[in-house]
Amino acid sequence: MIAAARAIARKDLRIEWRTKESVPAMTLFTITVYVLFHFGLDRDSLDGELASGVLWVTVLLAAVIGVSRLFAAEREQGGIEGLLLAPVDRTALFVAKAAVLFLYLCVVELVAVPAFALLLLGPGLGGAFPELLAILLLGNLGIAAVGALVSALAAETRARELIVPLLLLPLLVPLLISCAQATEPLLRQDAGPEDLARWLGLLTLYDVVFVLVSVAVFDFLLED
Amino acid sequence: MHSKGLVPLAWASAVTLTVAFALVFFYAPLDADQGFVQKIFYVHVPMAIVALGGFVAGGIMAIMHLRSGDRSWDMRSYVAIHLSIILGFGVLATGAIWARASWGHWWVWDEPVLVSFLVVVLLYCVYYPLRFSIEDPDRQARYSSVFAIAAGAFVPLNFIAVRLAEAYTHPRVLSQTGGSLPGEMRLTFLVALLGMTLLFVTLWKLELTAKNASMQLKKLRTRARVAA
Repeated sequence: MIAAARAIARKDLRIEWRTKESVPAMTLFTITVYVLFHFGLDRDSLDGELASGVLWVTVLLAAVIGVSRLFAAEREQGGIEGLLLAPVDRTALFVAKAAVLFLYLCVVELVAVPAFALLLLGPGLGGAFPELLAILLLGNLGIAAVGALVSALAAETRARELIVPLLLLPLLVPLLISCAQATEPLLRQDAGPEDLARWLGLLTLYDVVFVLVSVAVFDFLLED
Repeated sequence: MHSKGLVPLAWASAVTLTVAFALVFFYAPLDADQGFVQKIFYVHVPMAIVALGGFVAGGIMAIMHLRSGDRSWDMRSYVAIHLSIILGFGVLATGAIWARASWGHWWVWDEPVLVSFLVVVLLYCVYYPLRFSIEDPDRQARYSSVFAIAAGAFVPLNFIAVRLAEAYTHPRVLSQTGGSLPGEMRLTFLVALLGMTLLFVTLWKLELTAKNASMQLKKLRTRARVAA
Protein backbone atom coordinates (compact mmCIF):
# COMPACT_ATOMS: atom_id res chain seq x y z
CA MET A 1 0.00 0.00 0.00
CA ILE A 2 2.83 2.38 0.91
CA ALA A 3 4.52 1.67 -2.43
CA ALA A 4 1.29 2.29 -4.35
CA ALA A 5 0.63 5.51 -2.45
CA ARG A 6 4.17 6.66 -3.11
CA ALA A 7 3.82 5.92 -6.82
CA ILE A 8 0.56 7.86 -7.11
CA ALA A 9 1.98 10.79 -5.13
CA ARG A 10 5.11 10.82 -7.26
CA LYS A 11 3.01 10.90 -10.41
CA ASP A 12 0.97 13.84 -9.06
CA LEU A 13 4.03 15.76 -7.98
CA ARG A 14 5.68 15.20 -11.36
CA ILE A 15 2.57 16.49 -13.15
CA GLU A 16 2.55 19.50 -10.87
CA TRP A 17 6.26 20.10 -11.45
CA ARG A 18 5.79 20.05 -15.23
CA THR A 19 2.53 21.95 -15.55
CA LYS A 20 2.96 24.26 -12.54
CA GLU A 21 -0.79 24.62 -12.14
CA SER A 22 -1.88 24.45 -8.50
CA VAL A 23 0.94 25.68 -6.29
CA PRO A 24 1.80 28.89 -8.16
CA ALA A 25 -1.92 29.68 -8.42
CA MET A 26 -2.43 29.10 -4.69
CA THR A 27 0.59 31.24 -3.81
CA LEU A 28 -0.45 34.06 -6.09
CA PHE A 29 -3.93 33.85 -4.62
CA THR A 30 -2.66 34.27 -1.04
CA ILE A 31 -0.78 37.44 -1.97
CA THR A 32 -3.90 38.77 -3.70
CA VAL A 33 -5.95 38.06 -0.59
CA TYR A 34 -3.43 39.98 1.56
CA VAL A 35 -3.82 42.96 -0.76
CA LEU A 36 -7.60 42.61 -0.50
CA PHE A 37 -7.40 42.53 3.30
CA HIS A 38 -5.10 45.56 3.31
CA PHE A 39 -7.67 47.61 1.41
CA GLY A 40 -10.72 45.94 2.94
CA LEU A 41 -9.57 46.59 6.50
CA ASP A 42 -7.73 49.80 5.58
CA ARG A 43 -4.82 48.84 7.83
CA ASP A 44 -1.10 48.92 7.07
CA SER A 45 -0.07 46.48 9.76
CA LEU A 46 -1.93 43.90 11.82
CA ASP A 47 -1.21 42.15 15.08
CA GLY A 48 -2.84 39.76 17.52
CA GLU A 49 -6.19 38.22 16.66
CA LEU A 50 -6.70 40.24 13.47
CA ALA A 51 -3.34 39.03 12.13
CA SER A 52 -3.90 35.37 12.95
CA GLY A 53 -7.42 35.53 11.54
CA VAL A 54 -6.24 37.03 8.25
CA LEU A 55 -3.39 34.52 8.00
CA TRP A 56 -5.59 31.49 8.55
CA VAL A 57 -8.56 32.58 6.48
CA THR A 58 -6.12 33.19 3.62
CA VAL A 59 -4.60 29.73 4.03
CA LEU A 60 -8.08 28.12 4.00
CA LEU A 61 -9.12 30.04 0.89
CA ALA A 62 -5.92 28.98 -0.88
CA ALA A 63 -6.62 25.40 0.20
CA VAL A 64 -9.98 25.58 -1.60
CA ILE A 65 -8.11 26.08 -4.88
CA GLY A 66 -5.80 23.17 -4.21
CA VAL A 67 -8.67 20.88 -3.21
CA SER A 68 -10.75 21.65 -6.29
CA ARG A 69 -7.75 20.87 -8.53
CA LEU A 70 -6.74 17.70 -6.68
CA PHE A 71 -8.48 15.26 -9.02
CA ALA A 72 -8.34 17.55 -12.05
CA ALA A 73 -5.68 15.69 -14.02
CA GLU A 74 -7.44 12.35 -13.56
CA ARG A 75 -10.79 13.76 -14.52
CA GLU A 76 -9.78 15.77 -17.54
CA GLN A 77 -7.54 13.14 -19.10
CA GLY A 78 -9.39 10.02 -18.01
CA GLY A 79 -6.65 8.68 -15.77
CA ILE A 80 -9.18 7.85 -13.09
CA GLU A 81 -10.18 4.61 -14.83
CA GLY A 82 -6.56 3.52 -14.81
CA LEU A 83 -6.27 4.23 -11.12
CA LEU A 84 -9.51 2.42 -10.33
CA LEU A 85 -8.59 -0.61 -12.42
CA ALA A 86 -5.21 -0.92 -10.74
CA PRO A 87 -5.27 -3.63 -8.06
CA VAL A 88 -4.44 -1.28 -5.19
CA ASP A 89 -6.35 -0.32 -2.09
CA ARG A 90 -8.41 2.91 -2.22
CA THR A 91 -6.67 3.85 1.01
CA ALA A 92 -3.44 4.19 -0.99
CA LEU A 93 -5.19 6.71 -3.23
CA PHE A 94 -6.41 8.66 -0.21
CA VAL A 95 -2.97 8.67 1.43
CA ALA A 96 -1.35 9.80 -1.82
CA LYS A 97 -3.83 12.61 -2.45
CA ALA A 98 -3.68 13.82 1.16
CA ALA A 99 0.14 13.74 1.10
CA VAL A 100 0.22 15.72 -2.15
CA LEU A 101 -2.16 18.32 -0.73
CA PHE A 102 -0.08 18.48 2.46
CA LEU A 103 3.07 19.17 0.44
CA TYR A 104 1.30 21.81 -1.68
CA LEU A 105 0.16 23.60 1.46
CA CYS A 106 3.65 23.48 2.98
CA VAL A 107 5.19 24.97 -0.16
CA VAL A 108 2.50 27.65 -0.36
CA GLU A 109 3.03 28.59 3.29
CA LEU A 110 6.79 28.74 2.73
CA VAL A 111 6.05 31.78 0.58
CA ALA A 112 2.79 32.96 2.10
CA VAL A 113 3.89 33.26 5.74
CA PRO A 114 7.05 35.32 5.05
CA ALA A 115 5.05 37.42 2.60
CA PHE A 116 2.45 37.97 5.31
CA ALA A 117 5.16 39.01 7.78
CA LEU A 118 6.58 41.39 5.20
CA LEU A 119 3.36 42.93 3.93
CA LEU A 120 0.93 43.04 6.83
CA LEU A 121 2.36 41.85 10.13
CA GLY A 122 3.31 44.56 12.65
CA PRO A 123 5.46 42.64 15.19
CA GLY A 124 8.20 40.36 13.85
CA LEU A 125 7.83 36.60 13.50
CA GLY A 126 11.21 35.73 14.98
CA GLY A 127 10.33 34.94 18.59
CA ALA A 128 7.70 32.27 18.09
CA PHE A 129 9.00 30.28 15.18
CA PRO A 130 8.91 26.66 16.50
CA GLU A 131 5.39 27.06 17.88
CA LEU A 132 4.13 28.53 14.62
CA LEU A 133 5.76 25.69 12.70
CA ALA A 134 3.96 23.10 14.84
CA ILE A 135 0.59 24.83 14.37
CA LEU A 136 1.11 25.10 10.60
CA LEU A 137 2.07 21.44 10.24
CA LEU A 138 -0.86 20.17 12.31
CA GLY A 139 -3.20 22.55 10.49
CA ASN A 140 -1.93 21.35 7.11
CA LEU A 141 -2.47 17.74 8.14
CA GLY A 142 -6.11 18.43 9.02
CA ILE A 143 -6.72 20.40 5.82
CA ALA A 144 -5.09 17.61 3.79
CA ALA A 145 -7.25 14.87 5.31
CA VAL A 146 -10.53 16.79 4.96
CA GLY A 147 -9.49 18.18 1.57
CA ALA A 148 -8.74 14.78 0.03
CA LEU A 149 -12.11 13.49 1.26
CA VAL A 150 -14.00 16.53 -0.04
CA SER A 151 -12.30 16.50 -3.43
CA ALA A 152 -13.19 12.82 -3.89
CA LEU A 153 -16.78 13.51 -2.79
CA ALA A 154 -17.11 16.40 -5.19
CA ALA A 155 -15.28 14.71 -8.06
CA GLU A 156 -18.39 12.93 -9.35
CA THR A 157 -20.91 15.73 -8.91
CA ARG A 158 -22.08 18.09 -11.59
CA ALA A 159 -21.57 21.32 -9.63
CA ARG A 160 -18.01 20.50 -8.51
CA GLU A 161 -16.77 24.08 -8.27
CA LEU A 162 -19.71 24.94 -6.02
CA ILE A 163 -19.57 21.88 -3.80
CA VAL A 164 -15.88 22.10 -2.86
CA PRO A 165 -15.89 25.48 -1.07
CA LEU A 166 -19.37 24.97 0.39
CA LEU A 167 -18.38 21.63 1.87
CA LEU A 168 -14.77 22.31 2.79
CA LEU A 169 -15.05 25.63 4.60
CA PRO A 170 -17.71 24.67 7.20
CA LEU A 171 -15.91 21.38 7.82
CA LEU A 172 -12.75 23.36 8.58
CA VAL A 173 -14.37 25.69 11.13
CA PRO A 174 -13.09 23.74 14.18
CA LEU A 175 -9.62 23.70 12.60
CA LEU A 176 -9.78 27.43 11.94
CA ILE A 177 -10.82 28.08 15.54
CA SER A 178 -7.94 26.10 17.02
CA CYS A 179 -5.30 27.34 14.56
CA ALA A 180 -6.31 30.98 14.85
CA GLN A 181 -6.58 30.85 18.65
CA ALA A 182 -3.21 29.12 18.94
CA THR A 183 -1.50 31.57 16.57
CA GLU A 184 -3.03 34.72 18.03
CA PRO A 185 -0.71 35.14 21.09
CA LEU A 186 2.32 34.50 18.86
CA LEU A 187 1.53 37.51 16.69
CA ARG A 188 1.00 40.06 19.47
CA GLN A 189 3.40 42.86 20.25
CA ASP A 190 4.58 41.00 23.35
CA ALA A 191 4.69 37.63 21.61
CA GLY A 192 4.67 34.39 23.54
CA PRO A 193 2.71 31.14 23.49
CA GLU A 194 -0.44 31.02 25.58
CA ASP A 195 -2.85 28.12 26.01
CA LEU A 196 -0.89 26.43 23.25
CA ALA A 197 -1.35 22.92 24.65
CA ARG A 198 -5.14 23.17 24.64
CA TRP A 199 -5.39 24.29 21.02
CA LEU A 200 -2.76 21.89 19.76
CA GLY A 201 -4.64 19.13 21.60
CA LEU A 202 -7.89 20.06 19.91
CA LEU A 203 -6.11 20.30 16.56
CA THR A 204 -4.62 16.83 17.05
CA LEU A 205 -8.04 15.44 17.98
CA TYR A 206 -9.52 16.99 14.82
CA ASP A 207 -6.71 15.56 12.67
CA VAL A 208 -7.03 12.07 14.16
CA VAL A 209 -10.83 12.00 13.80
CA PHE A 210 -10.82 13.15 10.19
CA VAL A 211 -7.92 10.95 9.10
CA LEU A 212 -9.75 7.95 10.58
CA VAL A 213 -13.15 8.91 9.13
CA SER A 214 -11.64 9.57 5.69
CA VAL A 215 -9.74 6.28 5.62
CA ALA A 216 -12.89 4.44 6.72
CA VAL A 217 -15.22 5.91 4.09
CA PHE A 218 -12.84 6.49 1.19
CA ASP A 219 -13.38 2.93 -0.09
CA PHE A 220 -16.97 3.80 -0.94
CA LEU A 221 -16.05 6.76 -3.13
CA LEU A 222 -14.76 6.43 -6.69
CA GLU A 223 -15.97 2.85 -6.73
CA ASP A 224 -17.01 2.40 -10.33
CA MET B 1 -43.84 -1.11 4.98
CA HIS B 2 -43.13 2.06 6.91
CA SER B 3 -46.77 2.90 7.43
CA LYS B 4 -47.16 0.32 10.22
CA GLY B 5 -47.83 2.07 13.53
CA LEU B 6 -48.00 5.48 11.93
CA VAL B 7 -51.50 6.32 13.19
CA PRO B 8 -50.92 5.49 16.88
CA LEU B 9 -47.59 7.28 16.68
CA ALA B 10 -49.25 10.38 15.24
CA TRP B 11 -51.84 10.33 18.04
CA ALA B 12 -49.15 9.86 20.68
CA SER B 13 -47.16 12.82 19.42
CA ALA B 14 -50.26 15.04 19.12
CA VAL B 15 -51.33 14.19 22.69
CA THR B 16 -47.84 14.58 24.15
CA LEU B 17 -47.29 17.91 22.43
CA THR B 18 -50.69 19.19 23.62
CA VAL B 19 -49.90 18.12 27.18
CA ALA B 20 -46.46 19.71 26.86
CA PHE B 21 -47.91 23.06 25.77
CA ALA B 22 -50.55 22.90 28.51
CA LEU B 23 -47.76 22.30 31.02
CA VAL B 24 -45.70 25.13 29.55
CA PHE B 25 -48.47 27.66 29.92
CA PHE B 26 -50.36 26.53 33.02
CA TYR B 27 -47.99 24.50 35.16
CA ALA B 28 -44.36 25.59 34.74
CA PRO B 29 -43.51 28.58 36.94
CA LEU B 30 -42.47 31.91 35.44
CA ASP B 31 -38.73 32.38 35.35
CA ALA B 32 -37.50 34.81 38.02
CA ASP B 33 -35.36 37.05 35.80
CA GLN B 34 -36.62 36.44 32.30
CA GLY B 35 -40.35 36.18 32.91
CA PHE B 36 -42.69 34.95 30.22
CA VAL B 37 -40.17 34.91 27.38
CA GLN B 38 -38.24 32.09 29.04
CA LYS B 39 -41.06 29.75 27.97
CA ILE B 40 -39.57 29.63 24.46
CA PHE B 41 -36.96 27.43 26.13
CA TYR B 42 -39.44 24.55 26.05
CA VAL B 43 -39.61 24.74 22.26
CA HIS B 44 -36.09 25.85 21.45
CA VAL B 45 -34.04 23.38 23.47
CA PRO B 46 -36.01 20.19 22.67
CA MET B 47 -35.94 21.18 19.00
CA ALA B 48 -32.16 21.62 19.14
CA ILE B 49 -31.62 18.30 20.91
CA VAL B 50 -33.88 16.44 18.47
CA ALA B 51 -32.23 18.09 15.45
CA LEU B 52 -28.73 17.14 16.63
CA GLY B 53 -29.95 13.65 17.45
CA GLY B 54 -31.42 13.45 13.94
CA PHE B 55 -28.09 14.46 12.36
CA VAL B 56 -26.24 11.82 14.35
CA ALA B 57 -28.95 9.23 13.60
CA GLY B 58 -28.60 10.10 9.91
CA GLY B 59 -24.88 9.36 10.18
CA ILE B 60 -25.54 6.02 11.87
CA MET B 61 -28.10 5.04 9.21
CA ALA B 62 -25.51 5.99 6.59
CA ILE B 63 -23.05 3.61 8.22
CA MET B 64 -25.74 0.91 8.07
CA HIS B 65 -26.18 1.66 4.37
CA LEU B 66 -22.49 1.38 3.56
CA ARG B 67 -22.14 -1.80 5.61
CA SER B 68 -25.19 -3.56 4.20
CA GLY B 69 -25.42 -2.03 0.73
CA ASP B 70 -29.18 -1.75 1.24
CA ARG B 71 -30.36 1.50 -0.30
CA SER B 72 -33.40 1.83 1.94
CA TRP B 73 -31.00 2.81 4.75
CA ASP B 74 -29.77 5.69 2.63
CA MET B 75 -33.36 6.82 2.17
CA ARG B 76 -33.85 6.69 5.96
CA SER B 77 -30.67 8.69 6.50
CA TYR B 78 -31.72 11.24 3.90
CA VAL B 79 -35.16 11.77 5.46
CA ALA B 80 -33.65 12.08 8.97
CA ILE B 81 -31.16 14.72 7.80
CA HIS B 82 -33.82 16.52 5.80
CA LEU B 83 -36.13 16.82 8.83
CA SER B 84 -33.23 17.81 11.08
CA ILE B 85 -32.34 20.68 8.76
CA ILE B 86 -35.92 21.94 8.92
CA LEU B 87 -35.83 21.72 12.71
CA GLY B 88 -32.41 23.39 12.60
CA PHE B 89 -33.87 26.48 10.94
CA GLY B 90 -36.55 26.47 13.66
CA VAL B 91 -33.83 26.32 16.31
CA LEU B 92 -31.98 29.28 14.78
CA ALA B 93 -35.20 31.32 14.54
CA THR B 94 -36.37 30.59 18.10
CA GLY B 95 -32.82 31.10 19.38
CA ALA B 96 -32.66 34.52 17.73
CA ILE B 97 -36.04 35.48 19.22
CA TRP B 98 -34.95 34.36 22.66
CA ALA B 99 -31.65 36.22 22.36
CA ARG B 100 -33.45 39.38 21.26
CA ALA B 101 -35.90 39.20 24.16
CA SER B 102 -33.43 38.41 26.91
CA TRP B 103 -30.17 40.04 25.76
CA GLY B 104 -31.48 42.68 23.37
CA HIS B 105 -29.70 41.39 20.25
CA TRP B 106 -30.95 39.14 17.47
CA TRP B 107 -27.66 37.35 17.26
CA VAL B 108 -25.12 36.79 20.04
CA TRP B 109 -21.72 35.47 18.97
CA ASP B 110 -20.66 34.49 22.47
CA GLU B 111 -23.43 31.93 22.88
CA PRO B 112 -21.45 28.82 21.87
CA VAL B 113 -24.41 26.51 21.30
CA LEU B 114 -26.11 28.93 18.93
CA VAL B 115 -22.90 29.56 16.96
CA SER B 116 -22.05 25.85 16.68
CA PHE B 117 -25.57 25.24 15.54
CA LEU B 118 -25.24 27.80 12.76
CA VAL B 119 -22.05 26.12 11.50
CA VAL B 120 -23.70 22.69 11.63
CA VAL B 121 -26.77 23.90 9.71
CA LEU B 122 -24.54 25.61 7.12
CA LEU B 123 -22.65 22.38 6.60
CA TYR B 124 -25.77 20.20 6.32
CA CYS B 125 -27.36 22.58 3.82
CA VAL B 126 -24.67 21.40 1.36
CA TYR B 127 -26.21 17.91 1.58
CA TYR B 128 -28.88 18.90 -0.98
CA PRO B 129 -26.64 20.27 -3.74
CA LEU B 130 -24.28 17.34 -3.22
CA ARG B 131 -27.02 14.70 -3.31
CA PHE B 132 -28.96 16.09 -6.23
CA SER B 133 -26.00 16.79 -8.48
CA ILE B 134 -25.24 13.07 -8.71
CA GLU B 135 -27.53 11.29 -11.14
CA ASP B 136 -26.65 7.63 -10.80
CA PRO B 137 -28.89 6.42 -7.92
CA ASP B 138 -26.36 3.96 -6.49
CA ARG B 139 -23.58 6.47 -6.48
CA GLN B 140 -25.91 9.14 -5.12
CA ALA B 141 -26.73 6.92 -2.15
CA ARG B 142 -23.08 6.08 -1.50
CA TYR B 143 -21.79 9.64 -1.73
CA SER B 144 -24.62 10.98 0.42
CA SER B 145 -23.83 8.35 3.04
CA VAL B 146 -20.16 9.32 3.06
CA PHE B 147 -21.20 12.93 3.58
CA ALA B 148 -23.60 11.97 6.37
CA ILE B 149 -20.87 10.04 8.20
CA ALA B 150 -18.23 12.77 7.88
CA ALA B 151 -20.71 15.44 8.95
CA GLY B 152 -21.94 13.28 11.83
CA ALA B 153 -18.37 13.03 13.12
CA PHE B 154 -18.01 16.77 12.64
CA VAL B 155 -20.98 17.71 14.89
CA PRO B 156 -19.41 16.86 18.29
CA LEU B 157 -15.97 18.19 17.26
CA ASN B 158 -17.46 21.47 16.23
CA PHE B 159 -19.30 21.81 19.53
CA ILE B 160 -16.09 21.17 21.49
CA ALA B 161 -14.15 23.72 19.42
CA VAL B 162 -16.72 26.50 19.63
CA ARG B 163 -17.29 25.85 23.34
CA LEU B 164 -13.55 26.06 24.03
CA ALA B 165 -13.19 29.23 21.98
CA GLU B 166 -15.97 30.96 23.89
CA ALA B 167 -14.94 29.66 27.31
CA TYR B 168 -11.57 31.20 26.53
CA THR B 169 -12.91 34.75 26.34
CA HIS B 170 -16.06 34.40 28.45
CA PRO B 171 -15.65 32.02 31.35
CA ARG B 172 -18.99 30.45 32.09
CA VAL B 173 -20.56 27.75 34.16
CA LEU B 174 -20.98 24.82 31.78
CA SER B 175 -24.35 23.43 32.84
CA GLN B 176 -26.52 26.50 33.14
CA THR B 177 -29.74 24.94 31.95
CA GLY B 178 -28.98 21.31 32.61
CA GLY B 179 -28.73 20.11 36.18
CA SER B 180 -30.18 22.99 38.13
CA LEU B 181 -33.76 23.16 36.85
CA PRO B 182 -36.46 23.21 39.50
CA GLY B 183 -38.82 20.21 39.49
CA GLU B 184 -41.81 21.67 37.64
CA MET B 185 -39.63 23.13 34.91
CA ARG B 186 -37.74 19.89 34.52
CA LEU B 187 -40.95 17.84 34.16
CA THR B 188 -42.33 20.27 31.58
CA PHE B 189 -39.05 20.22 29.69
CA LEU B 190 -38.92 16.43 29.63
CA VAL B 191 -42.51 16.18 28.36
CA ALA B 192 -41.74 18.77 25.67
CA LEU B 193 -38.61 16.82 24.68
CA LEU B 194 -40.58 13.59 24.45
CA GLY B 195 -43.26 15.33 22.35
CA MET B 196 -40.67 16.75 19.97
CA THR B 197 -38.99 13.35 19.60
CA LEU B 198 -42.30 11.66 18.86
CA LEU B 199 -43.13 14.38 16.34
CA PHE B 200 -39.79 13.83 14.64
CA VAL B 201 -40.25 10.06 14.44
CA THR B 202 -43.82 10.46 13.14
CA LEU B 203 -42.77 12.89 10.42
CA TRP B 204 -39.85 10.66 9.53
CA LYS B 205 -42.09 7.62 9.09
CA LEU B 206 -44.66 9.65 7.18
CA GLU B 207 -42.06 11.02 4.79
CA LEU B 208 -40.59 7.55 4.25
CA THR B 209 -44.04 6.14 3.52
CA ALA B 210 -44.76 8.93 1.06
CA LYS B 211 -41.38 8.46 -0.64
CA ASN B 212 -41.91 4.70 -0.91
CA ALA B 213 -45.42 5.17 -2.29
CA SER B 214 -44.26 7.57 -4.98
CA MET B 215 -41.36 5.30 -5.89
CA GLN B 216 -43.69 2.33 -6.26
CA LEU B 217 -46.05 4.43 -8.34
CA LYS B 218 -43.18 5.40 -10.61
CA LYS B 219 -42.18 1.75 -10.96
CA LEU B 220 -45.74 0.71 -11.82
CA ARG B 221 -46.06 3.51 -14.37
CA THR B 222 -42.87 2.45 -16.15
CA ARG B 223 -44.09 -1.13 -16.14
CA ALA B 224 -47.46 -0.06 -17.57
CA ARG B 225 -45.69 1.95 -20.24
CA VAL B 226 -43.47 -0.98 -21.15
CA ALA B 227 -46.47 -3.30 -21.29
CA ALA B 228 -48.37 -0.87 -23.51
